[in-house]
Amino acid sequence: MEKIFARLSQVSASLVFVVLVSTLVTLYISAKPAIEEFGAKFLIDARWGVDVPIEPPSSDHKPAQQASQSSVSNAHLDNGTNAGDEDDGINVGDDDDGINVGGDGVVSNAPHKEVFGGAVAIVGTVFSTIIALLFAVPLAMGIAIFLSEIAAPAISKPVGIAIELLAAIPSIIYGMWGLFYFGPFIASIFGGHSVSLLVAGLVLGVMVIPFMAALSRDAINTTPDVLKEAAYAVGATKFEVIKDVVFPYAKAGIIGSIIISLGRALGETMAVAFVIGGVFEFAKSVTDPTNSIPVVLANNFSESSGLSLASLFYLSLILFVVSFIVIFTAKHYFLRRGK
Amino acid sequence: MRLLINKLVLGLSSLAAVIGLVFLGWILITLIIKGSEALSPYIFTHDLINNGIRNLLFGQFVLAGLATIIGIPIGIMAGIYLQEYSNGSKYADFIRDLSDVMMSAPSIVIGTFVYAVVVMPTGHTAGWAGVFALFVMMLPIVVRATDDMLSLVPTELREAGIAIGASKYHVIVNIILRAAKVGIVTGLILAFARVVGETAPLLYTSGSSVYWSTDLSDTFPSITVSIYNLATMPDDKMVQLAWAAALVLTFFVLILNLLGRYIIREKHH
Repeated sequence: MEKIFARLSQVSASLVFVVLVSTLVTLYISAKPAIEEFGAKFLIDARWGVDVPIEPPSSDHKPAQQASQSSVSNAHLDNGTNAGDEDDGINVGDDDDGINVGGDGVVSNAPHKEVFGGAVAIVGTVFSTIIALLFAVPLAMGIAIFLSEIAAPAISKPVGIAIELLAAIPSIIYGMWGLFYFGPFIASIFGGHSVSLLVAGLVLGVMVIPFMAALSRDAINTTPDVLKEAAYAVGATKFEVIKDVVFPYAKAGIIGSIIISLGRALGETMAVAFVIGGVFEFAKSVTDPTNSIPVVLANNFSESSGLSLASLFYLSLILFVVSFIVIFTAKHYFLRRGK
Repeated sequence: MRLLINKLVLGLSSLAAVIGLVFLGWILITLIIKGSEALSPYIFTHDLINNGIRNLLFGQFVLAGLATIIGIPIGIMAGIYLQEYSNGSKYADFIRDLSDVMMSAPSIVIGTFVYAVVVMPTGHTAGWAGVFALFVMMLPIVVRATDDMLSLVPTELREAGIAIGASKYHVIVNIILRAAKVGIVTGLILAFARVVGETAPLLYTSGSSVYWSTDLSDTFPSITVSIYNLATMPDDKMVQLAWAAALVLTFFVLILNLLGRYIIREKHH
């Protein structure tokens, strides 16, 4: 019994490792056709589901041209059509109730091949995350400082709990709010579409605020009172105490909380899926719709097969590796857990 | 001058706090107002095919509940290993780091993983695939909660157990787990609350169905996936129903979170 129990616990712990590694391996194997076909060019190629003639590669062949009438290739090539039309481009995700259309192979005409590239989604992900952080960091820091240094306990406690509860709200709620209220609101101020890179970034920002604020507050609260009292005793103002005592002391924790939030924003699907537009085009301005990696995955997965599916797995692999690095960095260097 | 800067900065950070809270309040108020429009006893007693959410709620519970039932023993055992058997080895630290990373891994990626290993071979979405995806999300949370709570149990308790001749297994099961019980239960509630609101890992693993279903080998109803589908429909009634479902889901998640907090606080009294 003793031995079995010990073994079981060890096996369970190793399962974490096994799941993580098998995720990596599975994604790699599934993405392999796309990796072999496109290689690293995938990262900078903006075309998604576009047919190009195999030989000779004529340069005047515009990507959007053949997207509309796809007599070639498989029937589920609606990604390509998206690149062409110019409507507000909400990529409606309601086309199936989970009934999986996959399984039909790619029917390709001889002189054509499909090209997939992740550049639009990668750029969209990066920019929406940057916008989110630019928006969230000042507000979250303000909240954290307010909660830990300014507000009286009678205020900071309920507000703190409220913030933590808000961090627990499912992300899909943020997405709905963004689609129906925040998006139109932003569009009425900045112009442009009500689904856009800007709206996506801001909704993401709003979503990570509670999370970031709660983590930063915890970091700030670890500052020993003795240090702060010493600074006050020599006549420092509250701002100076925060700037010169609290921030340096809690720096690692605060940076860690920002990076963790960055990781969340990178991989967030539902809050963004409603409001980024889901079109395979670079946003020429921040008020244009575009795409992000998780949203591409969410919208196109169940209707893809063959090379397009492999390309989606490729994107998924990229996202996994990037967020792995981001989160590992944050945990390892900034949020070291005391034993 | 110093005092002026001081006032300015404090004012700004209070303002930031207010702005942040306004946004969050805006979301909650929107949710309550829009959600209550279609909220009625009717939707709790009818399935989605008849414009209700009964099957969706049930489905989500089953998916998250089964993931929890599978995730709890494995997660707790893993946590026990990290705290009690590893003796602070490098391997344990490594697993801890991996577990933390997994906890923050993008949920959509976990969805794609499960799609590749379960849905693609079988050729169709299934409740079990959704359960598996949620289990993968849940595991690191339970590991972390157990690990943290066991680390709070004083070493003296362990020594006392050993001193009266109990085996390590008995010490763990009868003393340590008992001492850490409340904390672990709280962790489990919060873990359940976390996965029950997940959408992305379910999108193409369990899918969602408009019918009542108890067959986990087939497409299974999920409230989050259906909210996503309904909210993007052009039909206003469907959107209203999506808001109502969103309100119910959020309410439930918040209650669970409050419950978790309450249990922990009771213990400290």
